[in-house]
Amino acid sequence: MTDYLYYPGCSMESSAKAYEASVEAVCGPLGINLKEIDDWNCCGATEYLSLDTTPAYSLIARNLALAEEQANGTRTLLAACSACYLNLSKADHYMHEDKAFGKKINEALAAGGLHYDPGQLVIRHLLDVMFNEVGLDKIKEKVVKPLTGLRVASYIGCMVPRPDYNKHVSDTEHPYELDDLLKALGAEVIDFPLKTACCGGHMTQIGPDTAFELIRRLISAADEYKADALVALCPMCQMNLDAFQGQMNGYFHTNYHIPILFFTQLMGIAFGKNPEDLGFGSELVSAHEAMKRIGIQTPEPVPAKPVAKKPTGLPMPPPRVRAVQQTTGNEEAS
Amino acid sequence: MTEPVIVSDPPSAGPVKHEDLKLLQEVILRTPGDPGLEMCIQCGTCGGSCPSASAMDHTPRAIFAMLRAGMREDVMKSNTPWMCVSCYYCTVRCPQEIHITDVMYTLKNMSLESKVGGNSTASDFSKTFISLVENYGRSFEIGLAGFHNVKHFITRLPSMTPMAIGMLTKKGMSPFPPKRIKGMDQLKKILKRAKELEAV
Repeated sequence: MTDYLYYPGCSMESSAKAYEASVEAVCGPLGINLKEIDDWNCCGATEYLSLDTTPAYSLIARNLALAEEQANGTRTLLAACSACYLNLSKADHYMHEDKAFGKKINEALAAGGLHYDPGQLVIRHLLDVMFNEVGLDKIKEKVVKPLTGLRVASYIGCMVPRPDYNKHVSDTEHPYELDDLLKALGAEVIDFPLKTACCGGHMTQIGPDTAFELIRRLISAADEYKADALVALCPMCQMNLDAFQGQMNGYFHTNYHIPILFFTQLMGIAFGKNPEDLGFGSELVSAHEAMKRIGIQTPEPVPAKPVAKKPTGLPMPPPRVRAVQQTTGNEEAS
Repeated sequence: MTEPVIVSDPPSAGPVKHEDLKLLQEVILRTPGDPGLEMCIQCGTCGGSCPSASAMDHTPRAIFAMLRAGMREDVMKSNTPWMCVSCYYCTVRCPQEIHITDVMYTLKNMSLESKVGGNSTASDFSKTFISLVENYGRSFEIGLAGFHNVKHFITRLPSMTPMAIGMLTKKGMSPFPPKRIKGMDQLKKILKRAKELEAV
């Protein structure tokens, strides 16, 4: 077992419980021992940086200082959320590069009796650790139920490959790590052109029209490539593409149905874990159909009840029941 | 005679003030690290790479030209930095390696201070997010989304109901605020000192 300092981030406790559960389920068998930083705080996402610079970096640096205090021999700080990962490495990077700035942040930390020496920690994303430290060979060894027949779009998003201060990822726009990892699990990985495109980030809250367009691009591309599911590695990406898919469909009058899964959920399935322990069933766009294709039973979606209309006007014979058409999602309203 | 077509808005603030000639330098100094903004060659790669450029009133390239020209009020009023989604495409594609996303953060800070503009929906979202973090030490997603959408998108609430129900039932998100972190006092002290340092 290798020890890693672990920064979960707020989403893991609320909107991305499936990620948290599946991360825990797959790290054990791979010999990753996650040591959660005691009493960590929110990283401020992209929001605090928008308001104030010094307080924003101080908020992040408190986590770095706590991690350094609790390091106990390990130097690698692991984050599973892309935004948390980037914020932690950003603070470390700028405190190191800009000495005067680092001093200023440490002066703020000193008010709380903390101190961080920039460069002390190596901040890495979970995918990077899985690929570069654990290695695909070890992951392949653990596969007992290959995902043969599952067609997936691998979606990395923005904040892991860019700006990638410490060059942990193969490319800023077309990195291959997630593709190779999913292939090692036996899945069929499509050559997804929008692998690192933006999911809309906070635009769902401040400019929904822009966000819906960005979400549509990703979902429609995955659908055109006939992917069964889209695999993400960030709670924000998963939330935007999953929870807002219905609203996006409403906005563009489309009928896409692409389940969004975390890569650790698929790793767990390949390792033979129980789908319910991996958080399956918590996605709003159900992955039931997609997983059934490879013989995995995940919780069934609750069918939406059709709204019963009150009869109006003259009494009419009951409408003939039409055969339900198979919706493919390709039928964009013209 | 036909009327001349005005392609873009004329500068609103009239002649450039002397102190604004250092606007570019001010932005550079306020950004952590060396953003390299003075190296901009006006190639427009940033705007071409930007996923939310269509929602911006000026592209990033235009904003950098306006900074050079000292058009303070126009830059501060612009919604450009507020539409930035922090995807860092511009930053990695910039041939001059300018830290564009970081510059956008600085411009947001300055636009809030200047009080002339910005985008109220975006800055309110940031403010609500942070007020919750400053209170609990953790973010409170359901509370944030609820509060923000009631304030800014009240007409959209009906279309959001199925999603909200899904969040609470399927995703199992708690409608109650998170537990405060133990070091809340420590965090408050750190942030108080940081705000004093920011003002210097």
